[in-house]
Amino acid sequence: MKVHFRAFAIALSCGSLIMPLSACGGSGSGSGNTIKVAYERNMDNKVRVMDDYLAVVKKQFEQANPGKKIELVPIQAVENDYYSKVQLMMRSPRTAPDLVYEDTFLINSDIASGYLRPIDSYLSTWKDWSQFLPTAKAAAKAQDGKTYGVPDGTDTRGLWYNKQLFQKAGLPTDWHPKTWDDVLNAARTVKQKLPGVTPLNIYTGKAAGEAASMQGFEMLLYGTGKDPLYDPASKKWVINSKGFTDSLNFLDTVFKEKLGPDAQDALGANFGTTLATQLIPENKLAIDLDGSWMGNNWIKTGGKPWPQWSQVLGQAPMPTQNGQAPGSVSLSGGWTWAIPAKAKNPDLAWDFITTLQSKQNAADYDIRAANIAVRQDVATDPTYLQSMPGIDFFTGLVKYTSYRPALPVYPQVSTAIQDAMESVTIGQASPDKAASTYAGTVKSATDGAVVDRSAG
Amino acid sequence: MTATYGPGAGTVPRPPGTLSTTARTRRTLVRGLPVVPSVVLMLLFLAGPIAYCVYYAFTDMRLTGASTTHFVGFDNFTKAFGDSNFRNAVMLTLMFTVLSSIIGQNVLGLFLAALMRSASRPVRSAVSTVVVISWVLPEVVAAYLLYAFFRREGELNAILHVLHLPQQNWLFTLPIVAVSLANVWRGTAFSMLVYSAALQEIPAEITEAAEVDGAGRWKRLWHITLPMIRRSIGTNLMLNTLQTLSVFGLIFVMTRGGPGNRSETLPLYMYEQAFQDSLIGYGTAVALMLLMVGALFSVLYLRLLRTEV
Repeated sequence: MKVHFRAFAIALSCGSLIMPLSACGGSGSGSGNTIKVAYERNMDNKVRVMDDYLAVVKKQFEQANPGKKIELVPIQAVENDYYSKVQLMMRSPRTAPDLVYEDTFLINSDIASGYLRPIDSYLSTWKDWSQFLPTAKAAAKAQDGKTYGVPDGTDTRGLWYNKQLFQKAGLPTDWHPKTWDDVLNAARTVKQKLPGVTPLNIYTGKAAGEAASMQGFEMLLYGTGKDPLYDPASKKWVINSKGFTDSLNFLDTVFKEKLGPDAQDALGANFGTTLATQLIPENKLAIDLDGSWMGNNWIKTGGKPWPQWSQVLGQAPMPTQNGQAPGSVSLSGGWTWAIPAKAKNPDLAWDFITTLQSKQNAADYDIRAANIAVRQDVATDPTYLQSMPGIDFFTGLVKYTSYRPALPVYPQVSTAIQDAMESVTIGQASPDKAASTYAGTVKSATDGAVVDRSAG
Repeated sequence: MTATYGPGAGTVPRPPGTLSTTARTRRTLVRGLPVVPSVVLMLLFLAGPIAYCVYYAFTDMRLTGASTTHFVGFDNFTKAFGDSNFRNAVMLTLMFTVLSSIIGQNVLGLFLAALMRSASRPVRSAVSTVVVISWVLPEVVAAYLLYAFFRREGELNAILHVLHLPQQNWLFTLPIVAVSLANVWRGTAFSMLVYSAALQEIPAEITEAAEVDGAGRWKRLWHITLPMIRRSIGTNLMLNTLQTLSVFGLIFVMTRGGPGNRSETLPLYMYEQAFQDSLIGYGTAVALMLLMVGALFSVLYLRLLRTEV
């Protein structure tokens, strides 16, 4: 009786231990003939660009490879939460997908975590790889010299301006600012001649997030000199540089002289949407420092259809501070397809990448997503160049463009930049004070891996 | 625990002819068997994660950027106390809790409950329906409504405009006050329900006797009502405080902790550190400290409850 009872008790407690564990198994990577593809689904239910494109390629792939199956795993979240979710999935072999859509800005960080596997052996046998632009190839190359992802496009940044408003203010409709002062002076003219119109938008503050750091601050900073944010030679972050304070001074001028939107609006959580769906289409904003994808908002399937946009809006490259070489600034981001280290079926995942990035499919996606092509054969394809007004202009910026220092600590540096911008925007700190706060934060975030340029 | 000791065990003297000690122990164990699966599940899914969480708080674990995790001792905690953003978050959390929970929800709840006692039935049901609706609404919906109410083009400023009072952008100039008021709006119903029940428990004779003795309204409140519902006050304060300390969705939707960090309470700071900056270890340490703040409040209230009248 006693023995029976004990055996029963042990069996029962073991059983209850194992039950939930076995219930957890079974998900994660697909079996031998199936691969799971994780990607970000837009929060706006009207926008299904990636979903539609993947559905087409999935069908194509499954027809060409009978017996093989693609399982799409959409993750509907804002960017930051998408990153966290994918990182959590990749930590465990039970949940790791076989293929994952990775932002170039985080890929180095995820490589350092050991989440991804190098694809050099696959790339060496893939002849299409030679079509990719060198800058794009470098974007997915880690500090160890290996490549971990295939980029599917990029973006560039520049100035959008409203030609109708420029004409009313007596400014040239074919605008080519050469220095920061040219930009500020145009904004001052608009302010003087057209009351009620916001002269210039530059993203700022924590609510705008990475848009503030990249479209806003870094578009200024990268026009002040070489390696203004991170020094690749010494592998250290730059602090106390004159360029940093100058960039904050530019921002300070914009908000002090009321050349920008009202600070309280600019720092609001929904300002980006207001800008794209109201201020710009309603001719209430003259100049916008923004990304190549903005046209997506106004096409027929966009969030705010605006048929006249391509006639009303012009584009100009963002000038360097004093017009120094190379004269124009652009920053690029973009996404890659990468294979997690814990993927069960990497070979099949690679086959799917080559289908996704065949010339025809790559062109198809770049057109759908208003992406800037990274394959040379796509970049010269007339269908691509005529797919959207302005795309030829933004493709032309690729030669000036820089990628962000996509290092593990970058997200913290980016937050520190947003803090500095916000305190200057609301007048809480002077540019000098904000720059020294930034220096302190970056110093502690990087464990002192900084290079002080205050002497220069 | 009661389940493991069968009814009648212990206090009742053992009648002749019943089981021996070993047999009784065995019976207790057998009776405890049905509880085993749920206890194991609890340990696995509740105690397990909590233990993990405590462990993570002492490591430099990151969501991305490092492939190894090291034990770093109290580094995360010393870092927190040296960080002005953390100290700011603690201050804001205390302000938020005191303003919205201890003062706002608690006092207003008692006030509403007292008013409702003397109100007519239709008024009572109408008021309680309205108040409870704000409590029943999902957090995100309530937060969005309040965002719309407080924002610059919102209803509050429209009302102030009609009354010819000065307007301001509440979410920008006084963000912590705005989210505190929002939390009061949302959480008062709970206190009201607790106090309504407690007030009904006070025997009418005592109040009447006090009235006969010439005690005024305030004297009755101070000497009769409050001491008699003291236990309810303690329970209500504890539940409210713990709930308020962990409010995340309401603030996230209304201000995202901004502008700057002027409404960034501990839960938002924790989220930013753990998921925005990928510092899981540090974020977990902050979570533990939030737990400590909650524990401190609980001890305080428990002491309040203990003293007898």
